[in-house]
Amino acid sequence: MTDNVRTVVETTEKEPADKDVPRSLFSDAWRELKHRPMFWISLGMILFFVVMAAVPSLFTRGDPTEAILKLGSTPPSSSQWFGRDLQGYDIYTRTIYGARASILVGVFATLLTSAIGVVIGVIAAFYGGILDTIMMRITDIFFAIPFLLGGILFMSSFPNTKDSTYFAVVGKVVLVLSILGWPSIARLMRGSVLQVKPNDYVQAARALGASPWRVIRSHILPNAWAPVIVVSMINLGAFISAEASLSFLGIGLTYPAISWGVAISDALTYIRTAPWMLLFPSLFLSLAVLAFIMLGDVIRDAFDPKTR
Amino acid sequence: MGTYIVRRLLQMIPVVIGATFIIFVMVFALPGDPLAGKCGERPCPAAYVQKFTEEHNLNDPVPIRYVKYMGAIAKGDFGTTYQGQKVSDELLRRYPITVRLSVIAIVFELVLGVVAGVLAGIRRGKFIDNLVLVSTLVIIAIPTFVIGSVSQTLFGIKLGWVKPTVSSAATWSELMLPGMVLGAISLAYVARLTRTNLVENLRADYVRTAIAKGLTRRRTIGLHTLRNSLIPVVTFVGADFGALLGGAIITERIFNIQGVGGYIVRGITAHDGVAVVGAVTILVLVYLFMNLIVDLLYGVLDPRISHD
Repeated sequence: MTDNVRTVVETTEKEPADKDVPRSLFSDAWRELKHRPMFWISLGMILFFVVMAAVPSLFTRGDPTEAILKLGSTPPSSSQWFGRDLQGYDIYTRTIYGARASILVGVFATLLTSAIGVVIGVIAAFYGGILDTIMMRITDIFFAIPFLLGGILFMSSFPNTKDSTYFAVVGKVVLVLSILGWPSIARLMRGSVLQVKPNDYVQAARALGASPWRVIRSHILPNAWAPVIVVSMINLGAFISAEASLSFLGIGLTYPAISWGVAISDALTYIRTAPWMLLFPSLFLSLAVLAFIMLGDVIRDAFDPKTR
Repeated sequence: MGTYIVRRLLQMIPVVIGATFIIFVMVFALPGDPLAGKCGERPCPAAYVQKFTEEHNLNDPVPIRYVKYMGAIAKGDFGTTYQGQKVSDELLRRYPITVRLSVIAIVFELVLGVVAGVLAGIRRGKFIDNLVLVSTLVIIAIPTFVIGSVSQTLFGIKLGWVKPTVSSAATWSELMLPGMVLGAISLAYVARLTRTNLVENLRADYVRTAIAKGLTRRRTIGLHTLRNSLIPVVTFVGADFGALLGGAIITERIFNIQGVGGYIVRGITAHDGVAVVGAVTILVLVYLFMNLIVDLLYGVLDPRISHD
């Protein structure tokens, strides 16, 4: 008899099990996300650009450093879809190879800003007091330096030379974007942790004698980093765009890096005589930025039920 | 309220000192000799070198130079550049131009952004909503310098509707197109912010009450919902105004506008530290004061937020 009842209870419980099992914030968001076409479209675009950055030879057999001066400024045709620029570089090949620098700058600047911002934000909010005050004033200082201005200053203090390696050229741009970009993440993380800290489970963990590191790692972080993920995703797009702006001012990436930003700023000089030079790199750049912003947008909607 | 303002002003002091000190150190660490080329082909006479060095305190260590410099600024003396121009004269000439440019950008983004946001918000899910959402994303994804250069070529040169570059007088009508370019990205943010807040507020209880009372749709949305939805928009635009006053570097460069942004960039490329630090100090102050005003405004617009 009792056995019978138990099986009945079990079967009735099994059917809606999907709804009753307590779900984490992330699996909750995932259930929402997988039904959104926007999520899959932006993810697909990002994947496309990441593959392009990793293995550009999949997309083109051309050599991005091969300049055929004789063919300089050939407009797009059936044999050269994107045309050639003034130096005779094939724009299609250059655009494909340009993905790497832009994606590298975006990804590493995002990782670095998030790392700095999260550490500072968590420490400031968790320990509070004088540490919080000092850290937030430092954050304010970096926040008050205008972004482009700080970038120009930094890049002119450490100019690229003819012998700079690819790593140094890209690393410098990543560094300057990170130095100027972390304050917003730190503020966001601090606010988020302050919201989570007074919760009962955090108090309980501390009362049970958990070390600060354990409380932060297994109780605070999992509940506090959703806003940072969303903003980082949107920032990734913004960093790609910022790299292009620095290149436009002549101080971002330089030779030997091939990048969309450099290609666009070169093309702007010849905008009236060779407009196709501008179209393709800026199209790719805008699509990449768009993909990251769209992904961030969709993820935010999934995390924040209010906007639904 | 009074104590809040005083506290905020006191908090500003370390931020101003920190930000200007970082800029100061970086500007004067720029590679290059300020005396190079000053006296034509031959090296400068020793007497002149000595006078020049003393005038600009070039022999003192950097912290002492910083203190001397800020002491002079506090007395209203912004110093003279290495070329012998008074920085305050240049700033007085250039600041009105940057302010005019920023005002045009703000009016443009506020008016069009709110209209687009409201249209999208009240017709959620319809064609106009999707149109606004997609077009704002596209605007955000395209870098400002591409929008600027293309509209300069299109409206200034191809169509001839406006003058492609701005004269040194920089009248309101000349600054129209650059102002719109400058405000374009913020316009997209304002539209999206207005839409999100409107959609959220339309579901609030007080809106249902207003509809139940029999108020017209126009009155419900225009008077009750919109007023509450615009609070975040006002704060965004306020902060943006502070940022625009210092961040118009790219737009000023494209349209050859004699504003503050261009002055600072020229100062950096000419290694003219005095000009850069003077202008930046003002920028940081303006930015911080704008943020203070925005925070105060927030309390006025939303009585639930108290500053006591």
